[in-house]
Amino acid sequence: MSTALVRDIVATYRGQRGALLPILHAVQEALGYIPPEAIPVLADELNLSRADVHGVVSFYHDFRSAPAGRTTVRICRGEACQAVGAERLVSHVRDACGMSLGETSLDGSLTVEQVFCLGNCALGPAAQVNGRLQGRLDESRLSAILDEAVAQ
Amino acid sequence: MITPVTVYVPRDSAARSVGADDVADALVSAAARHGRLIRVVRNGSRGMLWLEPLVEVATPDGRMGYGPIAATDVDGLVAAGLFDGADLPQRLGVVDELPWLAAQNRVTFTRIGITDPLSPDDYLRHGGVVGLVRALQNSPADVVAEVTDSGLRGRGGAGFPAGIKWKTVLDCTDDLKFVCCNADEGDSGTFADRMLMEGDPFLLIEGMTIAAYAVGATEGYIYIRSEYPDAVATTRAAIEIAYGRGWLGDNVLGSPLNFDLHVRVGGGAYICGEETSMLESLEGKRGMVRAKPPIPAIHGLFGKPTVVNNVLTLATVPTVMAHGAQAYQELGVERSRGTQVFQLGGNIKHGGIVETAFGITLGELVDGYGGGTRSGRPVRAVQVGGPLGAYLPRTKFELPMDYEAFAAAGAMVGHGGIVVFDETVDMAAQARFAMEFCAAESCGKCTPCRVGAVRGVEVIDRIAADEHRDENLALLEDLCDVMTEGSLCAMGGLTPMPVRSAITHFPDDFLAGQPIPLHISARTEGQP
Ligand SMILES: Cc1cc2nc3c(=O)[nH]c(=O)nc-3n(C[C@H](O)[C@H](O)[C@H](O)COP(=O)(O)O)c2cc1C
Ligand code: SF4
Ligand code: FES
Repeated sequence: MSTALVRDIVATYRGQRGALLPILHAVQEALGYIPPEAIPVLADELNLSRADVHGVVSFYHDFRSAPAGRTTVRICRGEACQAVGAERLVSHVRDACGMSLGETSLDGSLTVEQVFCLGNCALGPAAQVNGRLQGRLDESRLSAILDEAVAQ
Repeated sequence: MITPVTVYVPRDSAARSVGADDVADALVSAAARHGRLIRVVRNGSRGMLWLEPLVEVATPDGRMGYGPIAATDVDGLVAAGLFDGADLPQRLGVVDELPWLAAQNRVTFTRIGITDPLSPDDYLRHGGVVGLVRALQNSPADVVAEVTDSGLRGRGGAGFPAGIKWKTVLDCTDDLKFVCCNADEGDSGTFADRMLMEGDPFLLIEGMTIAAYAVGATEGYIYIRSEYPDAVATTRAAIEIAYGRGWLGDNVLGSPLNFDLHVRVGGGAYICGEETSMLESLEGKRGMVRAKPPIPAIHGLFGKPTVVNNVLTLATVPTVMAHGAQAYQELGVERSRGTQVFQLGGNIKHGGIVETAFGITLGELVDGYGGGTRSGRPVRAVQVGGPLGAYLPRTKFELPMDYEAFAAAGAMVGHGGIVVFDETVDMAAQARFAMEFCAAESCGKCTPCRVGAVRGVEVIDRIAADEHRDENLALLEDLCDVMTEGSLCAMGGLTPMPVRSAITHFPDDFLAGQPIPLHISARTEGQP
């Protein structure tokens, strides 16, 4: 981790009110995760306790403390997607890739997560693949997405 | 000179999720191959989501719709006369005249799907900014009075009158005040806020600017959930453009109003949709719910008077100001005035946005507009108002969509999301999910919610395993009472609603020996 990079990010956002969340998003965007070593740096820069910063990082589901795979697939398990087979997609990932939700594959190619609602409730089941929304998914379309990710 | 044919392909993320970008690209290549000159406009979505990607071609008769279109169909369609409005199998007719759309009363969603969301000129041509101009010609107190008279109630779930909230902020004498837009939209089955931000972002900006003028605020924040990257990008782009037009910044439209607007992105926590939790999050803290009082209107963001309203509430204000309180208040029933943007999702044939006056029945929405299930099996249960809302059976289809009528039936309208399930649904599994969702998303501040939800899951599991079923059902009832009575906010306070409604209306699913298949994996990160 580059301490200078984290300090630079803080400098960019320091003028904003309540800047910690935007800073954490920016750190995660730059590094792919929030390295534990970044926490004392952020605490120092923002005049907060380490516990405060850690408390914020651990509260929000978005922030990860270890890098994700090259492709992240977030499968929606909200009620609207459940109504059209979201659980089948979850089972499919388990059977086809041997992965449970929240895991990253050993080769670092893929992370599969759950999410509750992507705002695509009329075109479910839905998932987000590297930030890109996918709708009307079924097992074969999901497989194609996963295969493509792993091939990259 | 040949004038290009205007072709519309939505840029809404739901349309993109089923291939709209590829269709737009294919149209451009096909036009080149066929020697046609076209102009592609990436509009918002009309909200007929089962028809997405829906392509519209401007013809002398009106905008002709074709859908759903796959990118692979495009070349053939163009060869067969798509750009001339030819009568092809995918042709739907003139979109404005489609009965599904024509029967609605689009008030807040009037422009969505029609204009280019990021074209300020389109916005002006279609009635934008009229409300803001009129507001600036009146005193702040008059604007607040107009909003009060319109009967507009908060669209974020609780239905609190917007005008009363604004009046409280106006009456505060602090030199710094805020307007915060709650764009967290975490409820399953709701997507109207997202569609509005992606499809007509200037409308939200205009509504917030009117709010700022009315209450004396100088700074605003739109708190958008991170699950909506397209809405974040579109809203940010629209804010830049609005500054360029003098719709934001110093001396808005030449008036004394100074108003700066920022977008903030959430961190993936459902509870940050609760208004005080959202304020904590905006302050850079954990999204822990604050005890009320003091209310945010008096002691809100950074301790200053703050208007917190939902996207749709704020986006309705320009219309109220443009056409007057009377016109808006004439729509609706009883104390539910105006229109609601209902969202049909889940296992539904015709899913999408139905904006209509309050008072329409649940059945008219589900069987009428929705056309029943997508699977073709009978509708068994409908969850209204998000994950904290009740599950209702067909026998409740006569209920009018009206805040009070729903409350009286042990249900809630909430943000207007309607999620349909067919006969294969297991209602004990849905009840279990409600508890599990609460356990996963609780902010952790109070015990009935944090611990009660975990116990709830266990009790439902025991019921399913037929261990002392009757005692455990009684225990579940007690637990629901404790959560309802003892929770600080509606997360713990309303989770019993889906659970109880499932037991009340679908008791057979809680009979001995019923398997409960659904298991949400425990979260490893992010829990307090
Ligand atoms: C657990 C919980 C989640 C909520 N989520 C949202 C949300 O996602 N969006 C929203 O506008 N309001 C949400 N609310 C309601 C807000 O607390 C608040 O009432 C609303 O933003 C006020 O705006 P309105 O008066 O315009 O509806 C939620 C409330 C609770 C208790
Ligand atoms: S009810 Fe739940 S979410 Fe609400 S304040 Fe209490 S612990 Fe937090
Ligand atoms: S419930 Fe899956 S997108 Fe809304």
